[in-house]
Amino acid sequence: MRLELKNLYDDFRDPDTIKALAKLIYNEAKGLQKPVNIMEVCGGHTHTIMKYGLKQLLPESIRFIHGPGCPVCIMPKERIDHATILARQPDVILVTLGDMIKVPGSRGSLQQARSEGADVRFVYSPLDALKIAKENPDKTVIFFAIGFETTTPMTAALIDRAEKLGVKNLLYHINHVTVPEVMRELIDSRDEHIDSYNNRIDAFIGPSHVSVIAGAKIYKEFPKRYGRPVVVSGFEPVDVMEGVWMLVRQFVQNRCALEIQYRRSVTMEGNLTAQKQIEKIFEKRGLFKWRGLGNIPHSALKLREAYAHLDAERVYADILPVEEIEDHKLCICGDILRGMAEPTECQVFGTACTPSKPLGSCMVSSEGACAAYYKYGDLLK
Amino acid sequence: MKKTITLAQGNGGAENHALIKEVFWRHFGNEILDRGEDAAILETLQRPAFTTDSFTVTPLFFPGGDIGKLSVCGTCNDLAMMGGKPRYLSLSVVIEEGLEMRSLEKIVRSVKKELALNGAIIVSGDTKVVPKGSVDGLFITTSGIGERQCEGIGINEIRQGDAIVVSRDIGRHGAAIFAAREGMELQSALKSDCASLWPHVASLLDAGIMPHALRDATRGGLAAVLNEWADANNLCIEIEEEEIPVSDEVRGICELLGFEPAFLANEGTFVMALDPADVPLVLEILEAFPGGEMAMRIGEVKGDYPGKVVLNSPWGTRRFLDWPTGELLPRIC
Repeated sequence: MRLELKNLYDDFRDPDTIKALAKLIYNEAKGLQKPVNIMEVCGGHTHTIMKYGLKQLLPESIRFIHGPGCPVCIMPKERIDHATILARQPDVILVTLGDMIKVPGSRGSLQQARSEGADVRFVYSPLDALKIAKENPDKTVIFFAIGFETTTPMTAALIDRAEKLGVKNLLYHINHVTVPEVMRELIDSRDEHIDSYNNRIDAFIGPSHVSVIAGAKIYKEFPKRYGRPVVVSGFEPVDVMEGVWMLVRQFVQNRCALEIQYRRSVTMEGNLTAQKQIEKIFEKRGLFKWRGLGNIPHSALKLREAYAHLDAERVYADILPVEEIEDHKLCICGDILRGMAEPTECQVFGTACTPSKPLGSCMVSSEGACAAYYKYGDLLK
Repeated sequence: MKKTITLAQGNGGAENHALIKEVFWRHFGNEILDRGEDAAILETLQRPAFTTDSFTVTPLFFPGGDIGKLSVCGTCNDLAMMGGKPRYLSLSVVIEEGLEMRSLEKIVRSVKKELALNGAIIVSGDTKVVPKGSVDGLFITTSGIGERQCEGIGINEIRQGDAIVVSRDIGRHGAAIFAAREGMELQSALKSDCASLWPHVASLLDAGIMPHALRDATRGGLAAVLNEWADANNLCIEIEEEEIPVSDEVRGICELLGFEPAFLANEGTFVMALDPADVPLVLEILEAFPGGEMAMRIGEVKGDYPGKVVLNSPWGTRRFLDWPTGELLPRIC
């Protein structure tokens, strides 16, 4: 049989399987002592839950909390300002991935900069930046690198390839962030807000694509140290439903473990070659500011000293501001990213803040919780 | 004539005249155009319909069509969607200096071929040549006048209980353009659905079918058409996700890039709101056209969520199918 894309997802969207899993969850959930709040860390999962209406299939005792795992949502205005300032430099081409060009900083978005004449391009793969650099030898191409563990190896591969080819006009502005540190932050910082939102994270659904690279091992501490079970799940509806079922079973059986639902690609160890490549080029940053969440220690990467000459932040240090910028007063994206508020609790949701005119980052990204609520409507029961 | 278009060919002088005569008039010649007057004098039409559209597409030639075919289909289809038989078109081209003459000829031949399918003629035109970099190859604007063959087709005729039918599988044009533009090396037979729809509409009318509304699902795709209809009438359109016809190739591209087929453009696919009793005959008639075997009844007009489009999943959940917003951008991860 010829392997086609269709074969790869058809079974994971099979209506009978989804319905059967919903029944299993319903039956299992009868044994729960109290309701369970499950945080899906990744925006991709939020998107799946909303797009396929999975919330409607679950009993009231199971509740999803949307997490901070969207690379666009968590990008602070300061970093977007860096991007727009760099894009406006003479003879600079700024290259980035998808949705990033829509996010507003304090000086507008990359889309706006582009409409004013800046050369901003989005690519499907970071390696396309290399092609752009080669085709424009008289320009400086700056790759504005974003994303979690999933996209980091591609940036590492780009840097490695460009260095081997001796490409001199390609610089990097690195904004790669890591998942475990922000999960830790969410649990540690929870108490100060708990009274106002009466919320808590009981368990996590971990994104499979992060663990394809970094392994499931990165979540070991959560069941052990924090008493929160984690199931690493895929993004198809059947994957998410099975992940939820696995978590509910843990609660009913009074277990607290790290489990892998997405066994077809995720191992405990992950992709060791990719990890080695990342290790060669990147090191942890001391602090990185997350939009709405503030500074989180060791939660992002930067280029190692050996690659410092390629770091756009250093090369353009004179023109890149370092002051912190406050988020919009009415925007509660921070609380939404912490899992402490639902998008519909925001007073500007769907009014002053919509996907075509977003105030906050959760409305900008197609994977943001607000955008998902707005787009798919959480009104249908 | 030179192998590529030069600025001199847009000067309004001898070179310009030669270009018009040797390329455009040679292919489009007809009694009205041949008079070479400033404006075309047309016969009086009973129920005229008038429309205009501009066409910019990269690449100019794509699997299943080119900008020439597109510029005729787009305008004629707009007329057809009002039950109008396309009659007269104007064609205005803005050409980038340096465009290969061979490409222009190919586009013009393509226009001619598509006109014939619609039974329409070019009666007026304009040619401009602009410096390199001002436009992306070639832009075309076509305006069209058609003659309505019936009354009573229009967005305000949609009523509760109407069935919603699509004429074939959706998203082909958008997916084909994405694949061609991004140089995706896909081993597939994916082609744009680019086609003239007047023959379809004429067959329906001939069979005595009177649709309440017709709309070709171009930019914004199926989702935009349904939202426009729901919004204009403050009715709810309820669609069964399982019934929406999508080819495997289009689904594959959507999976890779994170798009939904309902948001992708079509150039030869239309949506109908009609009496449910007419659906079997409509599907039978559409079967005779390319892709028409995929025509499907996908839902109906209801009143549950006024102004909204609701999508029912095969596993019993419901969600809104919203308007497309912003640029179509691939997701990050």
